[in-house]
Amino acid sequence: MSAAGWEAVIGLECHVQLRTRTKMFCGCPAAFGERPNTNVCPVCLGLPGALPRANAAAVAAALRLGLALGSDVRAESVFARKHYFYPDMPKNYQISQYDRPLCAGGALPLGEGGSAHAVALTRIHLEEDAGKSFHPERHGDRRLSRVDFNRAGVPLLELVTEPVLRGPEPCAAFLTALRRLVRWLGISDGDMEKGQLRCDANVSVRRPGARSLGTKTELKNLNSIKGVEKGVRAEIARQCALLEAGGRVEQATLLYDAERDRLAVMRTKEQAHDYRYFPDPDLPVLRVGAAEREAARAALPELPWAREARFRGALGLPAYDAAVLTESRELADYLERAAPAGQAKLASNWLMTEVLRVLRERDWDVDAWAARVPPERFADFLARVAARELPGPVAKQVFAWLADEPGTVAELLERHDVRVAADDATLRPLVRAVLDEHAAAAAQVISGEEKPFGFLVGQAMKLAGGRAVPEVLRRLLREELAARSPRP
Amino acid sequence: MTAGEAWRLPAREIARRVRAGSLAPEAAAEAGFAGPAARWERDVHALLAAEPAAWRAAARAARRDGPLSGVPVVVKDNLCTVDQPTTCGSRILEGWRSPYDATVVRRLREAGAVVVGKGNMDEFAMGSSTEFSAFGPTRNPHDLSRVPGGSSGGPAAAVAYGLVPVALGSDTGGSVRQPAAFCGVYGLKPTYGRLSRWGLVAFGSSLDQVGIFARHVGDLAEVFATLAGPDPYDASARPGRAPDVSGWHDGVRGLRFGWPENLWREGVEPALVAALARAAEALERAGAVRVPLEFLPGDVAVAAYYLLATAEASSNLARFDGVRYGLRKASGELSELYARTRGEGFGPEVRRRILLGTYALSAGYHDQYYERAQRARSRIVAEHRAAFGRCDLLLLPAVPTLPFRLGEKTDDPLAMYLSDVFTLGANLAGIPGLTVPMGLASGGLPVSVQLLGPADAEPRLLRAARALELDGDPAGRPADEEREPAWPGGVAR
Amino acid sequence: MAIDRAEAARIASLARLSIPEDELDRVAAQLSQVLGFVERLSALDLAGLEPTAFAPAGGPLRPDEPDPRTLPPGTATEGAPEAEDGYFLVPPVLEALEP
Repeated sequence: MSAAGWEAVIGLECHVQLRTRTKMFCGCPAAFGERPNTNVCPVCLGLPGALPRANAAAVAAALRLGLALGSDVRAESVFARKHYFYPDMPKNYQISQYDRPLCAGGALPLGEGGSAHAVALTRIHLEEDAGKSFHPERHGDRRLSRVDFNRAGVPLLELVTEPVLRGPEPCAAFLTALRRLVRWLGISDGDMEKGQLRCDANVSVRRPGARSLGTKTELKNLNSIKGVEKGVRAEIARQCALLEAGGRVEQATLLYDAERDRLAVMRTKEQAHDYRYFPDPDLPVLRVGAAEREAARAALPELPWAREARFRGALGLPAYDAAVLTESRELADYLERAAPAGQAKLASNWLMTEVLRVLRERDWDVDAWAARVPPERFADFLARVAARELPGPVAKQVFAWLADEPGTVAELLERHDVRVAADDATLRPLVRAVLDEHAAAAAQVISGEEKPFGFLVGQAMKLAGGRAVPEVLRRLLREELAARSPRP
Repeated sequence: MTAGEAWRLPAREIARRVRAGSLAPEAAAEAGFAGPAARWERDVHALLAAEPAAWRAAARAARRDGPLSGVPVVVKDNLCTVDQPTTCGSRILEGWRSPYDATVVRRLREAGAVVVGKGNMDEFAMGSSTEFSAFGPTRNPHDLSRVPGGSSGGPAAAVAYGLVPVALGSDTGGSVRQPAAFCGVYGLKPTYGRLSRWGLVAFGSSLDQVGIFARHVGDLAEVFATLAGPDPYDASARPGRAPDVSGWHDGVRGLRFGWPENLWREGVEPALVAALARAAEALERAGAVRVPLEFLPGDVAVAAYYLLATAEASSNLARFDGVRYGLRKASGELSELYARTRGEGFGPEVRRRILLGTYALSAGYHDQYYERAQRARSRIVAEHRAAFGRCDLLLLPAVPTLPFRLGEKTDDPLAMYLSDVFTLGANLAGIPGLTVPMGLASGGLPVSVQLLGPADAEPRLLRAARALELDGDPAGRPADEEREPAWPGGVAR
Repeated sequence: MAIDRAEAARIASLARLSIPEDELDRVAAQLSQVLGFVERLSALDLAGLEPTAFAPAGGPLRPDEPDPRTLPPGTATEGAPEAEDGYFLVPPVLEALEP
């Protein structure tokens, strides 16, 4: 429920740019950042006489996503032409899917471990991306726009939700979960800033309990998850304010300006677009056999929400940890392989704080870390921490060496001449020295106060240069304090 | 025979001599230009482009040991070629140079053939007379006041007057078979999907096929064998190997040909009806069996065809917009740039068909027009299949009239469309059709018949055409020897 | 089915074709004539017939491999009506036009 007395109804239309080698209907590389119009051919440039042929890997990616989301994957689906004139459209029609899409239905689980609820989907289908046109610039005494077709023809998956989202936060949660899933499945990098994941929102409001939907508007230019959240929030507010003042919501397309947090009406839709859809005669019916479907289903990895649930359940991790660690499949896999038995929480702590920090600082992904610190090596490190062989400061020091130097933990300690004292012979004199120097505190503990004990442990550790096993220090302190207690 | 007379030779004979080293590819190409073209091209205007530098270079580079080595070929100007412009007979592509060769062009070149020029055509293949070319009509070599047919009028005429022994056209509703009939040459439209459409500028994607013109059945077979077969660049290509046509001279004994007399009981020129009778008798003499049957009238097919073809065309021609290639009518405003480029770059027939197709697909009308036409098409497919349950091929007219005069039908689109009544069924059904020339009528205009078969029936169509070719020769000579074409290009009249 | 001037103009706009004012009536009349002819399709009994599937249900999908058709750098804009620095140039593209 948004503004008092109104219920928001939101549906999202998302486009996922697939990470295939080549484009949807031709063999041009689906790469980016190259000089303009250098990854083009007669097909994706829309030259006379060119013909499309569908990319098997794009279909396979669509299949994985559909199956992961529990969609009904159709045995036969049809590519259709969607007509509109625009300079970034090489053929002035887009090859898409219309009334017979590849997938129908399905749902994306959201919330903790996927258990809170699932956002129902209407459909998922394959289509091709358009080229890119740029804002007009001055050319002599004229204004012209540049157009680059490198992106034209790159495979896209369009995913449409049912109008079941109820506010800005669920929209953000949906996109976060979708981004995680497409990365998890390896079908897209899902980066909204790079246009690999795009989202338009259809927003309407109504009185709670009303059976019909209000007039909906379409929000575009939502370029980040935060932008979606803010844009949807702004539009809900706008519609509510309008209705409260006795006005009517007009069907319109609005652009959201994230910098200024403002909506701009692009155009009102008095006339819906006439796309003149018909089945593309150049392309055969797309067939996905039962065997292929079952093989794809069997090849699906453990899905992120299932992994998250297992981390909370079998591994006993808190919800927060489970969510962070399943942000990527690589990170989740790493945790499972690096956590020594029964030490999931310890591993989780180290991963979430120290490892993620290093990844951020060095702009690494998990694989870059794992190349230097394979899970088994990290497991060895964690095991030693768990066994209290590496006290706090020492552990941090060793951790820093792990990323930059080869060798086992033992070898690292050796190389850097770090000895951690754990034997009584080395540590008893230090403990005695501390008790001698801080006699007052010692007396307080002996008389029954616990608080100064921690202070004494700290002092002993300081004297040890941080290289003592804390448990041993504590035991020795107790022993020595006991020795100095007056006999009853 | 001197090298200068090489244009009289069948394509297979040219190739044989080039392989034997007794004829140079340059000489074969040159002969056509020096002889027949010098005499006919200015009046006939079969060609839109024939750049000497280009075809001489192609001839020099041609391999000398291929099945079509040295054979000069004209290809219709809607087939992409890298060495000569491709305009589709339209101002909107005037001077355009394709960066790639159509697959059929590449296969011709790989077989050693020499593409010498681009054939004139109705703009974007829309027309039945070649009068809708933006660059002037082609005239029928048999009578310069008459049309050569269309839309592949240029290639048909080039073969008819002797410039080249074989040519490629395209057939969407009859655009190879009808000009073949009007020009008195053989014209084959293969089974849909047997010749790659990669590089054929699309008009009606589910109907278009590259077709072959020739003066000899054997040449038709040779070119078909060279070009047919799947292409990874064309998803609509028919999978599996193309039918083997090497037995094109094996005869027709026992072959059953359907005789749908109801089709020409009225509305067909008597001379064409007479040609049908002669053809039937010739086939029977050769051992084929006539099977009288009723076959559906064509006007349902015409209606379905004009909705489907124009719908697909309106979509296929959307890409011509002045942005990436071709004509641009400059403007400071985008929508005006589109509208003026297309409005002024396309001719009246193309604009008409785009409008009709756009209408048929537009919201509110889609089910009533486009969808219904698609279902009517299914019925036409079924009716053809039923007919072929009773016979191996059908004998019927290719056209209802003799070649009409220039200007006679240009103001009456519907009349023009109705002249395709015997050809467009094959495009709707995706089946092969072959026009067989049957000599000249008393006025000197060519008469012909058409053979239709089920999918992949090219072998038996060619065998039947061969039987007619042998039967039709007055001197009784086997027709694969050097032979004077029976049209103005060759014979002193 | 009669198509009037206004309808002809609407279709022309949809198709991005400029038709001179003085031709609109003739174009509308010609379209009406052809549509009148194709009306006979509406009289047909097409019960139980599915639309024809086009391209023959064919071979395998295209493997995700580069192929030789990608154009050499610079070729794409050769012969473009207007181009600069490898880009195609067009009149101003404003957000408003995109659907």
